[in-house]
Amino acid sequence: MTPETKASAVEPMDAGGAADAGDGMRLELAPRQRIARDEFRAFAAAAIAPHADRWDREEAIPEGLPKELAARGYLGSLLPAEHGGAGLDMITYGLLTEEIGRACSSVRSLLTVHDMVAHAIRRWGSREQRERWLPALARGEVLGALALSEENAGSDAKGVETTAIEEPEPAGSGFVLDGHKKWTTFGQLAGLFLVFAQCGGKPAAFLVERGTPGLAVTPIRGMLGTRASMLAGLTFERCRVPRSHLLGRVGFGVSHVAAAALEQGRYSVAWGSVGIAQACLDACLAYAAAHRQFGVPIGEHQLVRAMLSDMVTGVRAGRLLCCRAGYLRQSGDPGAIAETMVAKYFCGRLAARSAADAVQIHGANGCSADFPVARYFRDAKIMEIIEGSNQIQQISIARFDFQEL
Amino acid sequence: MDANQLKIKEFLSRFFKSHDLQPEEDIFALGFVNSLLAMQLVAFVEKEFAIRVEDADLDLDNFRSIRAISALVERKAAAVAG
Repeated sequence: MTPETKASAVEPMDAGGAADAGDGMRLELAPRQRIARDEFRAFAAAAIAPHADRWDREEAIPEGLPKELAARGYLGSLLPAEHGGAGLDMITYGLLTEEIGRACSSVRSLLTVHDMVAHAIRRWGSREQRERWLPALARGEVLGALALSEENAGSDAKGVETTAIEEPEPAGSGFVLDGHKKWTTFGQLAGLFLVFAQCGGKPAAFLVERGTPGLAVTPIRGMLGTRASMLAGLTFERCRVPRSHLLGRVGFGVSHVAAAALEQGRYSVAWGSVGIAQACLDACLAYAAAHRQFGVPIGEHQLVRAMLSDMVTGVRAGRLLCCRAGYLRQSGDPGAIAETMVAKYFCGRLAARSAADAVQIHGANGCSADFPVARYFRDAKIMEIIEGSNQIQQISIARFDFQEL
Repeated sequence: MDANQLKIKEFLSRFFKSHDLQPEEDIFALGFVNSLLAMQLVAFVEKEFAIRVEDADLDLDNFRSIRAISALVERKAAAVAG
């Protein structure tokens, strides 16, 4: 990562053009952001995209990939330099996510969950927790994963049934966790889990290290999409965690800690969805130019072209929504929460629709293992479910606008 | 109300429409606080008053009323200045 791609904490974001408000609104990337995007794109095209179908079949990423990503500054890349991170601004971070997501949604999901944990610790960790965990996360020595969903709780984060009971002796020493978590992305590799539990009926968040006695990690295989994201189920049985691993205060585990992690996750998934839609467009343009039916390239047929035009339009609109959410996040605007939800909702649906059309344009080839669009189709469906399903976004987004009445 | 309290009132008024929120009124007791407000409120006070809300500040009593929030802001600002 070049120094030019780094942003200080106070530097305004360039895309969106607020820094140049005197000259009117600008909707283009700053030169350093374009340079960074080209770097991300070149890396993803060379090191990820050619292997993504194989990783999908094998349901795993290579062992050395997280280290390689970390060496390039791509893990925990929003973390400031004081914590060992690349200190990317929100837009450059989005460009990274899009380019990785364009190549492989499973690798993108590694960035997503790792960055969610890093963000939650940076946002709500004590000084000791930040100093202990953030440099290790930024260096990729430890991978972070989120342990929220359970058999009976996903969208309803406050409904988790995992319990955390304060140890009576010695008083204040720690907590004992019991329960089961499902669908923990990269749970097979993670060294640090952000776990949500009920503590005396109040939501609380805990940092639990892999290898803690009482924690068992079981791989989950055979998923529909993002198949190389190495999911796991977690079982906590009398799993003792010291008080110093409580993140935020008891009672604020969902409203503040999970909320911060999920907002970061939605931002990442929104950009990753744009990446899928762009990948669909890339594949379809090439296919429609090369494959012929009725004596002409299929791109000459109007109904095919209509699907391509919708894809082009959607990608551009989705990317703009992501930039707007990123701009508001960069400036710490309270409106960022709603804008990020809007971007996630729109882009998740965009990815699903674009991928469905991409398979349609490819016909039988699109249903085969010979073209990547079948993978995009399966991965895109996941984007409509994770980090707040379409339905949760549909329920939530209008509520923000009711505030403004 | 001082200038800070007026700003806090203006922000909270979005959530308490057609209610003239008083400095001491318990916003949780009023029953209008929803899950959307929590992080928006944190973002608002951080941006508006250039402070950082930390884990140790996560106490409902710090966010219970206009006066409580302004007291939190004053404490944090004093800590930054000090």
